[in-house]
Amino acid sequence: MDTMTILSLSVETAIGPVAAIYVLAAIGLNMHFGYTGLLNFGQVGFMLVGAYGVAVSVATFGLPLWMGFLVSLACSVVLALVLGIPTLRLRSDYLAISTIAVAEVLRLVYRAEFARPVTGGVYGRQSFADAFYDANPLPEGSLGVGRVDFSSDELWLMLVCWLLVAAGLAMMALLMNSPWGRVIKGIREDEDAVRSLGKDAFTYKLQSLVFGGVFGGLAGAMIALNQQNITPDQFMPQVTFYLWAMLLLGGVGTIWGPVIGPVIMWFMLTLFDETLRGMASTGVLPFLATSDSGPLRHALVGVGLMLLIVYRPQGLVGNRKEMLVNVK
Amino acid sequence: MSSDATPGAPEAGQDRMAGTAPETGSAKTDPILKADGIRRSFGGLTAVDVEHLEVQRSTITALIGPNGAGKSTLFNLLTGFDRADAGEWSFQGRRIDRMAGHKVARQGMVRTFQLTKALTRLTVLENMLLAAPGQRGERFLGAFGRWLWTGQEAANRERAMELLARFKLDAKKDDIAGSLSGGQRKLLEMARSLMVEPSMVMLDEPMAGVNPALVQSLLEHITALRDEGTTVLFVEHDMDVIMGISDWIVVMAQGRVIAEGRPADIRSNEHVIDAYLGAHHDEPGQGAQQKEEGP
Amino acid sequence: MRTRLVTVLLALIAATLAIPGTAAADTQGGASLFGQIRQPDSDEGVEGIDITVSQDGEQIGEATTDSDGNWEVELPGAGTYHVVLDEESVPEDYDAMQVPAGPERDVEVREDQRFAVVFQLVPAGQGQASASPSESESAEEDEESQQDSGSAGGGEEEGAIEAPEAASGSGMFGQVVSLVVAGLLFGLIIAISSVGLSLIFGTTRLINFAHGDMVTFGAIMAMIFSGTSTLAALHAPFEGIPGLGFATNPFVVATVLAVVCGGLLGWLMERFLWRPLRRRNVAMIQMFIVSIGFALLLRHVLLVVFDANRRKYVQFRIQDMIEIGPIAITPRDLGILVLSIVVLVLVASMLQFTRIGKAMRAVSDNRDLAESSGIDVARVTVYVWVLGGSLSALGGVFLGLNQSVYWQMGFHLLLLMFAAVILGGLGTAYGAMVGGLAIGLVAQLSTLWFSSQLMNVWALLIMIVVLLFRPQGILGRRERVG
Repeated sequence: MDTMTILSLSVETAIGPVAAIYVLAAIGLNMHFGYTGLLNFGQVGFMLVGAYGVAVSVATFGLPLWMGFLVSLACSVVLALVLGIPTLRLRSDYLAISTIAVAEVLRLVYRAEFARPVTGGVYGRQSFADAFYDANPLPEGSLGVGRVDFSSDELWLMLVCWLLVAAGLAMMALLMNSPWGRVIKGIREDEDAVRSLGKDAFTYKLQSLVFGGVFGGLAGAMIALNQQNITPDQFMPQVTFYLWAMLLLGGVGTIWGPVIGPVIMWFMLTLFDETLRGMASTGVLPFLATSDSGPLRHALVGVGLMLLIVYRPQGLVGNRKEMLVNVK
Repeated sequence: MSSDATPGAPEAGQDRMAGTAPETGSAKTDPILKADGIRRSFGGLTAVDVEHLEVQRSTITALIGPNGAGKSTLFNLLTGFDRADAGEWSFQGRRIDRMAGHKVARQGMVRTFQLTKALTRLTVLENMLLAAPGQRGERFLGAFGRWLWTGQEAANRERAMELLARFKLDAKKDDIAGSLSGGQRKLLEMARSLMVEPSMVMLDEPMAGVNPALVQSLLEHITALRDEGTTVLFVEHDMDVIMGISDWIVVMAQGRVIAEGRPADIRSNEHVIDAYLGAHHDEPGQGAQQKEEGP
Repeated sequence: MRTRLVTVLLALIAATLAIPGTAAADTQGGASLFGQIRQPDSDEGVEGIDITVSQDGEQIGEATTDSDGNWEVELPGAGTYHVVLDEESVPEDYDAMQVPAGPERDVEVREDQRFAVVFQLVPAGQGQASASPSESESAEEDEESQQDSGSAGGGEEEGAIEAPEAASGSGMFGQVVSLVVAGLLFGLIIAISSVGLSLIFGTTRLINFAHGDMVTFGAIMAMIFSGTSTLAALHAPFEGIPGLGFATNPFVVATVLAVVCGGLLGWLMERFLWRPLRRRNVAMIQMFIVSIGFALLLRHVLLVVFDANRRKYVQFRIQDMIEIGPIAITPRDLGILVLSIVVLVLVASMLQFTRIGKAMRAVSDNRDLAESSGIDVARVTVYVWVLGGSLSALGGVFLGLNQSVYWQMGFHLLLLMFAAVILGGLGTAYGAMVGGLAIGLVAQLSTLWFSSQLMNVWALLIMIVVLLFRPQGILGRRERVG
């Protein structure tokens, strides 16, 4: 595998549908953590209910796809309420533990035997996205510039995903430059102070959790469309940690951070993977099995997370001065 | 910080508190805040046990007492930031016990904190604007309708700038609050609480950690507030400051109110003299406690 | 047809890209045969059944089902293989189902395919009777899921700690008794592992997301040490001598070494990670994320070192039950039970009576107060990390002994440990013990009425209910929640 192929593959990943999906989920996480200071370690739970919202509605109950999307969004709202109402009154670490636990509970329930008639158990759900691809207005064949090209269906999905991202960013910009956003940021800085000024911090936090969760659900629904085959075990806690790494890389509490982060990270991950694969297959690194590249990549993300927090807590586009002020 | 630096306090104070007996739990002529039987214990330790307390409208009332006397806990209870085990209290005739902190604030009773809570990564002006009550753009859906709130925002901005000018912070309006000095943060916090348009402000140690040059200006702000008709209740350690500025003083020890009165009464109150004023400022606690255990 | 093709293609691409974690991490590379053998009428796996795989009469590999009934044999490549289930190893209560395929199969495996082979058991004596076709579930995974083997990992990636298997007692009473025993066992393991988690939180306010992986670390260290020839050589001269023979048993020595390593890991983390970070004034939330980063690092380094298989400690693979009254228990589990109680009592007396123990509780209760009353908080913190590290390593060895050792065992236990410390009261050592026991019992007893797949769900639900009604936990104090 030559350098050009590796590079073009990396670029394809960085701007492809998967990156766009992660951007969506990261926008939600940014709402939670970046602006409100909520420690959501269970964003993958929102993605799970989002994905299954589409898949189950269409594949199990035969509803039209657009209804599936509505179900997805409704499920994420419900999840946010269920999570938020008991925990948002407590200290932030309780939310952290609850979110990670609830996301895992959801995965276990969705894959359980008794849920099989609805969710398909461990086998998940397939063939629910045809309506989406039938609606593809793009011409057939592959399109692209140079070596970077996508199939028509891929491009269609990409287009929709990035449009959703654009809409999400626009909403985020509107919100965060409004008095609502000011209160939200105030809560991040000091919840008690905001309450002492007559604002109901709890309601704001709940709104933030719901709104950010909806982006998670949307990302999940797009995953379902993208893969057309989902199983519960795709929604492992690692996905959340990847999102965190991406968000921190981009810069928390900024509009563009959750966009830059996933794009750059996917580029680097693919680069790393492909390079390692290339080296392993040509036998440059004899002690390394091809199958080790996955774990190594995870380990690398772990190291990256730590280094980012310590040396560049503001991420790529954040403001270092603001970050350093925050000694809580 | 001698008492004569504060203009006109003694005479004015006596006028304001006319007809009120200097004894614990005394009734005031025009109370804005009335509390009965407030109790709060942590584990086995009773932190607050106040039988009856009233605060006169449009006065400066100081709450003093040794460390661990329960002043801050009482503050937290009154403002809805902690839950009392028992007790009823009303503000402007309205029951506010069991009311959440933000609702208490909306009633017009706004507090500050002992450790200043400036919203560090917001600008000074944002800190101020945040506090304005009844903003239409503060609702989630309202936020999307810019046209709904731009007018209101401009009005709030004007008011905020007036307040900032008064507290001499207007030049810093675009700096993030985290870059202010400790004293400036205290000023900002006070200015911010005024944005809520309170009828009573509760200041938790407003002079703590403020450099002496700023103390004077803080005191002037506090008296100015009173003169505009706002009621002030504040916790403070510095006796000189308290004596100079307060219309009324409430002394707490071990969770109870042990004395009440005008500065002069407190100065001559045996309990307090023995227990508190006579001792060194840093260690008045022991004296007060021993005295209290007597009767 | 075209859309189908595109669909499959897209799915292929997507599956390789979409889920960064599982896809890559769980791939074991190369072809393999796997399956799960369950009890006839439940989801409970059956342990200890031997399966042999051969090709052209030559044995390729063999496997024994673990406590979940899972087995896997790696294959050299594509080809036709002969799979035999050793009927001798099937527990007496069951027979291998003879219809239609029986205990011997020939399967064809493609390159890099993970092929599921299903053997079914029937209650003893009914071997020829009921017959749902045993191949029905062995629907070989098609290209899509094959690429995405993380999600298709059948039994391998259960995603949850399956608790100790309960001996099937007779009737409801027997069942309850055996579940209580299993629950106690599981609870004690959780308790041992989570004391450190709770104390660390108490002293440093850090939620250590890497605690689960410290558990895995202990289990894998013991696995590595117990397999070394040095230890076996050390053991040889003493074999047969009572006392010394046991004390030099490679596994016992390995456990001690693993516990020491765990303590060392705790010390290293405190010395080279957390203390410098505290010096830099890194905010608490940031620290959580660092601990997640460290957890990812540790977990996947262990994965590379140890690979993705579940393994058992060789010394204790299969044991006969001994019966004490209504309780049937393996000597292995009895040992864990007794040792866990001893360790917990020791830890409790340490906390209660020794100077350092008292200091730990004091710091955990109120760091500032402890500091101002002259306790060397930094030193206490180091001790807490060492204690937490060694206890979690010990918990890991016990858990591995009771079930099996695999790279995610600790991470899966982590959520239950969280549940335990929240239930007992975040920051209190005794709370973690009480909470651990409660969680273990709840998890096990829930299988009386509900599927065992949902065991952990109940435990975590309990935690959420506790958060709703008594967020400070059973032993916590109200104002700590703030």
